[in-house]
Amino acid sequence: MTDGTLPARGDVAPKVAFFNDPKVRSLIFQALALALLIFVIYTAISNAVTNLTNQRIAAGFGFLDQTAGFGISQTLIPWAESMSYGRAFVIGLLNTLLVAVVGIFLATILGFVVGVARLSPNWVISKIAYWYVEIIRNLPLLFQILFWYLAVLAAMPAPRNSYSLFGLFFANQRGITAPRPVFEAGAIWIGAALVLGIVAAFVVRSWAYRRQAETGEQFPVVPTMWGIIIGLPVLAYLATGMPISFNYAEQGRFNLTGGMTIIPEFVALVIALVAYTAAFIGEIVRAGIQAVSHGQTEAGRSLGLAEGRILNLIVIPQALRVIIPPLTSQYLNLAKNSSLAVGIGYPDMVSVGGTILNQTGQAIEIIAMWMGCYLTISIVTSIFMNWYNERIALVER
Amino acid sequence: MKRIVSTIALGAAMSFGATMALAQTPGRTTLQNIQAKGFIQCGVTQGLAGFSMPDSAGNWTGMDVDFCRALAAAVFNDPSKVRFSPLSAKDRFTALQSGEIDVLSRNTTWTLQRDTSLGLNFSVINYYDGQGFMVRKSLNVKSARELSGASVCVQTGTTTELNVADFFRANNLKYEPVVFATADETVKAYDAGRCDVFTTDASGLYAERVKLQRPDDHMVLPEIISKEPLGPAVRHGDDQWMDIVKWTHFAMVTAEELNISKANLDQMLQSTNPEIRRVLGIEGNNGEALGLTKDWVVRIVRHVGNYSEVFDRNVGPTTRLGIARGLNALWNKGGLQYAPPIR
Repeated sequence: MTDGTLPARGDVAPKVAFFNDPKVRSLIFQALALALLIFVIYTAISNAVTNLTNQRIAAGFGFLDQTAGFGISQTLIPWAESMSYGRAFVIGLLNTLLVAVVGIFLATILGFVVGVARLSPNWVISKIAYWYVEIIRNLPLLFQILFWYLAVLAAMPAPRNSYSLFGLFFANQRGITAPRPVFEAGAIWIGAALVLGIVAAFVVRSWAYRRQAETGEQFPVVPTMWGIIIGLPVLAYLATGMPISFNYAEQGRFNLTGGMTIIPEFVALVIALVAYTAAFIGEIVRAGIQAVSHGQTEAGRSLGLAEGRILNLIVIPQALRVIIPPLTSQYLNLAKNSSLAVGIGYPDMVSVGGTILNQTGQAIEIIAMWMGCYLTISIVTSIFMNWYNERIALVER
Repeated sequence: MKRIVSTIALGAAMSFGATMALAQTPGRTTLQNIQAKGFIQCGVTQGLAGFSMPDSAGNWTGMDVDFCRALAAAVFNDPSKVRFSPLSAKDRFTALQSGEIDVLSRNTTWTLQRDTSLGLNFSVINYYDGQGFMVRKSLNVKSARELSGASVCVQTGTTTELNVADFFRANNLKYEPVVFATADETVKAYDAGRCDVFTTDASGLYAERVKLQRPDDHMVLPEIISKEPLGPAVRHGDDQWMDIVKWTHFAMVTAEELNISKANLDQMLQSTNPEIRRVLGIEGNNGEALGLTKDWVVRIVRHVGNYSEVFDRNVGPTTRLGIARGLNALWNKGGLQYAPPIR
């Protein structure tokens, strides 16, 4: 150092004790935290195993192969009492997914309507939307589910005096019954035609957009798309000799037999979940729209765009960026809230899983399966919504 | 909520409890734990007339309640030293496994599964029951075999739920099960017209019928489709406590057999009959062998009564339930209640 030059960086180790070195320190602390976590998890698992063995409670997932022996009121895949607990759990899971998907779809529509209505210049409409939001979101959900369940049951007639529409559709205390389509050989072509129709419709759409961008000529896109989507399956239906027949409901001794029935538990649960979640979505939509500066609307007007096009092309695309992240939370809430179904006897994952838990006593395993399923449903929803959010995000140039 | 709490308690207990469970101090027997805390924690129903139900003053009454009071009488000489945990059918076993309760006296059917893989011990049957069906009279149904296509309201986590599936399957009948978590929800849905049939143990049918809007519009079908031996359950792993539970029931049955009742107890204490003297602890040390005192049977009978007194007071012909002794009569009177000798 006498010659006045500084040592090159990194040549000399800093003269501090290793435990004062921030890098080493952070490594040590991280290692300690990890070790502690592993120790806690290990202790928990080994203790659980020991205690279960001591009480001679069987552990593991072997019980899923055993015969279930109980009935389930709504099954999306075939079910008989002689099937296994594992299949029963899957049926519960599918019922949960059904409620979640139908609920999210309807809640989104209703929520957007409410959100737009809240901002309507029409005083009556905006007040109705305001009170809807204020009342619904301030009442507990379980209470609403029970209300709708008992209200639906009370409003409906006994099965021997069903309400009937054209003798095809029936509503009574056992649910809503409609003719059940029976698919015969050849029906597969109709499904194929539907898929083909949807693909073709989108091909037409992108062709029409490209042509409009190049030549400025417009094309009736929407009617053409619907024409293709509906027309192709109808042609296939006629061409294959009408392979779909219907199984109509008939009055049986206790209830209608035949047809397909939507059980009242499902109806009540969907109504309650949709009404409740839509109140929150409405507020999110309102906030999103209000977040778009009024100057944007004015700019649209000065370009001579119609009000509907301003909303569709200028306001909503910008509002969506604000709406999507909190909307994701509402979707997740709806999926998780569906577990309240157990209160009205809808056979969802918690209800069916609870029965399995009780028959087999496998509490830890069932809880783990519940957690795994809800976690997976939520994470998949999040991933999809995040992907969508990125897609519609403002492209900064 | 209760379910979630007890489930979490179970998870925590299973995971971190050193020997037995969270609510139990490790290294002590159940009896020592009970004596240390000064009361018995007893799991009962959320309200089933005649078996366990709080009255208007909040006091629990019923056969299952009296059984817990008899246990408290035997241990503490005070039938009030018992606290009750109302449990749904679904939560009851978790509550017992986790140590939240000391004994489950909740019209629970004794089955092999529950006795083994659930980690419970059953030892006595204090009520012989069977499953039945209730329907509206207006349906004009005379037999359960006519129920094809019916909707059936049933409570989850019960043997009932499985029996009804077996019954319809065995008889090749169709049905729609509508499954609820608590007895109250089940009955309410049946009353609201969701189901054609409500099914549970026959005693429960009579007990729940009085809660319906118009009890007289409903009838119980003649068929009894299953055996439902109801009895108290304890956890695996503590034989002494199981013995106490078992012999408390036997003491009440023996007292009835020997005609020892609340009314004539003091007279009986003067008896010269060696069997009565032995049962009442004047001779021998049977109570101490159980870990209790010599006068344990005296305590039970003085505070609670013998089996017939308990039965008649809660579910017998003079009560609203009006259930005859039937299978629950003593073995020498045409029933099944039979106690091994106390000696």
